[in-house]
Amino acid sequence: MSMNTQGRPTAPQAASAAAAGSALLPEEPLLFEIGDHDHSGVDLPDVDVSDDRLGGLRRQSPLDLPGLTEPEAMRHYVRLSRRNYSIDSGMYPLGSCTMKHNPRLNEKMARLAGFADVHPLQPVSTVQGALGVIDELARWLMELTNTVAVAMSPKAGAHGELCGMMAIRAAHDAKGQGHRNIVLVPESAHGTNPATAAFLGYTVKSIDANENGTVDVEAVKAALSDDVAAIMLTNPNTCGLFEPQVIEIAQAVHEAGAYFYCDGANFNAIMGVVRPGDLGIDAMHINLHKTFSTPHGGGGPGAGPVVLSEALAPYAPVPFLRRDGDKLELIEHAGAESFGRLTAFHGQMGMYVRALTYMLSHGADGLAQAARDAVLNANYIKAKLRDVMSAPFNGQPVMHEALFDDTFLKGTGVTTLDFAKAMIDEGFHPMTMYFPLVVHGAMLIEPTESESLQTLDVFIAAMRDLVQDAKAGNVERFTSAPRRAPLSRLDETRAARQPRLKWTPLDNSREAAE
Amino acid sequence: MRYLPHSEADRAGMLAAIGAKSVDELFAAVPARVLGTFSPDLPDHQPEFAVEAHMRALAGKNRVAGDGPFFVGAGAYRHHVPASVDHLIQRSEWLTAYTPYQPEISQGTLQMLFEFQTQVAHLLGMEVANASMYDGSTATAEAVLMARRITKKDKVILSGGLHPQYRDTVVTYLSGLSGLECLTPSPEGQGDIVDHIDDDTAAIVVQTPDFYGHLRNVSALADAAHARGALLIVVVTEVVSLGLVEAPGALGADIVVADGQSIGNPLTFGGPYVGLLACREKFVRQMPGRLCGETVDAHGRRGFVLTLSTREQHIRREKATSNICTNSGLCALAFSIHLSLLGERGLHRLAKLNHARACALADALAGVPGAEVLNKTFFNEMTLRLPVAAAPLVERLAEKGIIAGLPVSRLEPGKPEVENLLVLAATELTTDADIAALADALKGELA
Repeated sequence: MSMNTQGRPTAPQAASAAAAGSALLPEEPLLFEIGDHDHSGVDLPDVDVSDDRLGGLRRQSPLDLPGLTEPEAMRHYVRLSRRNYSIDSGMYPLGSCTMKHNPRLNEKMARLAGFADVHPLQPVSTVQGALGVIDELARWLMELTNTVAVAMSPKAGAHGELCGMMAIRAAHDAKGQGHRNIVLVPESAHGTNPATAAFLGYTVKSIDANENGTVDVEAVKAALSDDVAAIMLTNPNTCGLFEPQVIEIAQAVHEAGAYFYCDGANFNAIMGVVRPGDLGIDAMHINLHKTFSTPHGGGGPGAGPVVLSEALAPYAPVPFLRRDGDKLELIEHAGAESFGRLTAFHGQMGMYVRALTYMLSHGADGLAQAARDAVLNANYIKAKLRDVMSAPFNGQPVMHEALFDDTFLKGTGVTTLDFAKAMIDEGFHPMTMYFPLVVHGAMLIEPTESESLQTLDVFIAAMRDLVQDAKAGNVERFTSAPRRAPLSRLDETRAARQPRLKWTPLDNSREAAE
Repeated sequence: MRYLPHSEADRAGMLAAIGAKSVDELFAAVPARVLGTFSPDLPDHQPEFAVEAHMRALAGKNRVAGDGPFFVGAGAYRHHVPASVDHLIQRSEWLTAYTPYQPEISQGTLQMLFEFQTQVAHLLGMEVANASMYDGSTATAEAVLMARRITKKDKVILSGGLHPQYRDTVVTYLSGLSGLECLTPSPEGQGDIVDHIDDDTAAIVVQTPDFYGHLRNVSALADAAHARGALLIVVVTEVVSLGLVEAPGALGADIVVADGQSIGNPLTFGGPYVGLLACREKFVRQMPGRLCGETVDAHGRRGFVLTLSTREQHIRREKATSNICTNSGLCALAFSIHLSLLGERGLHRLAKLNHARACALADALAGVPGAEVLNKTFFNEMTLRLPVAAAPLVERLAEKGIIAGLPVSRLEPGKPEVENLLVLAATELTTDADIAALADALKGELA
């Protein structure tokens, strides 16, 4: 296998005139079509090393890695970046994702050498400041949730779910209740909930939502038994609604000897306003990359600390902190009760620094105000669109996100997908589509607290215009959308049927022949 | 509050439009006894300069690795990251984008992931790589589960050279399942796994360079595993080594996992890092995590999408291959940019430089009376046997400004056979003066 060594694109794609490489909408070849083996963006001495200590394992197979000088690299990655939408460039109303502003002070703080250039395994006596960050962040999280412990190390929300459910399993095992093999999950739940329960060997039992989009305590009671280990409930739920019977549900779950895992993905709606510990939760992960503004980075890294009730605290994973006077101790090996270790080292320090900076900037008053503004914004959108779009579950107020279904598109020939793609041409990232599964053709809009009234009004006007056009039969505007994006709709079926998961020179020669 | 755009007038107007008297009305579904009935013991909002001062004070309590001689590795390595990498990853379009669910307006992230997957596959010598995992340790656990799904067998053997915290992570992920065998620590690089392979074995897990620094020739292990229908999972915690040392894929590995931190990502006290996971093409549908694939748009233009998502939780729910959702996108970007800057030539030179610095370290340590370097082979890390317990010695040297390495006992407490062992790494940033300072200090301590 060899790669292009000419330093030139081998097969520039036949681009349509619509978007071909204009100065402001650049097309960009692949790294493997512009770089080569002789270019490098680093200057390093070429030292000789003998084979004496390599045990006959010197690399013989080709590395086949193209290099770019610094100016070439800057251009490649800047041009690529311009083909991305981002929260800094416009409203990103992805329901359930909490795309809020990412303050830049957070970035600056994470890059202080005292945080960025510190090794996880250097002596504990030399990292008291790092432990101080973890300790302080933990205190904020426990205070905001009214819980007694927090497992900091989970690396994302789904990892946090694993953590909470492992603590629940360990607690049952310790009480001789290891036979409990069922986890209750409402049908509106995130896919990670049933996946996590199944990952741990539990049988998932689905709970239907009532006609108001929430879970009835009676439905939970009917599903509870001596074999149920836990319920995994999202609150506020994925329809954007606060579960009105959550306290009664918690009581019923506890009376049945089970635990309450709360998916905290939507904590942004209630931070500083409602404490989940007061609702009776036993474990809840908090997505620092949603609620506490650590950047999403095109798909991570996240962080998913899990707050724990007194009942589950003894089973928390290592590592955790213990205070000894002024000194913080890092406990890396626990006794028999801890369920173990979820990752090497101590978790996502870079995210902790950002989240703590965000919390200190807001303060308790600012966090509560942010939650209230997020709820206000979602209700404003709902109020301004409900006459032309269809909102399920009556007229009740929503929390931080507004859910619509596709009833208003019935008979227009426009689908939720078409509608979402048309939003791109109006300058917006689409909302979450087809989730939650409990309503038909779901459109879940989460504006967050970061959007100004002016932006909300522009968004609302654009949505109303789209709805009017759909109902007027201008189907073409939707089915051909997006037309003003770098690419038109992509063939996902082809991608899945003939997977091409890396660049190969063969692909190029084949395309050239086509 | 500088991050909240609404004025009080805005809020009042919006409430009027909604038809609510107050925001509290919007929280009507919340039982009154838990709504706003507490006052958290937390400070109120602060100006930027006050927050910065607070965070700087915390940062100031840490010893910065680069402030003096520093020799800790053990799964996280102190390398130079070019300035352009950090500049590029802070561009809004990279930093503040979500997972690329809308491919038409996410081609930047998607093309980058396609390039990343190709780079990772080439680096590890494998056929396909995914779009990243949380880190090396969780990727190892996921690889073990993947091997069990592929082979439909239970037994998994972890080599004694596997990073102890990687081992502990796998043990936790597999708790409640049978078949896991963890071999005892093998600080001298002894072969320890072949005799344990039998017909029930799903996979063996071997790290190279291993936790103690030894390079492992895994090709005989691949043959032994394959003869019994088992898979070879190779773990790499120091990916810079692959610029000089043979790729696991070329030695018969079936699944390779790695932590990519060494390329593009700072130490940051252990995270966020980026897990790499690659395998043979025939196993791709059993892979966890996101995959990016090439396709065309409606006009026939090349483009990229997330694909094969029928493996994933948002489609398959309880039948998914893993519960993973978020990966490590921005760290993968940093990795990809840095590796593009290095290129084949740069990575090869960087790897040689690391090895050369480690050879200088080994030679200096060989001159410390009473201490013994256990490694015949290594890349940039090695194990030193001391005549005294390593942990208190490391503390004493830290007081003198020298971070001497990792006492193995920190990760393997209660095991007398490792109490005197110290694992040390050198990188391109380790100077002759650093090495001399360490050697002199050790001589002083051991005299």
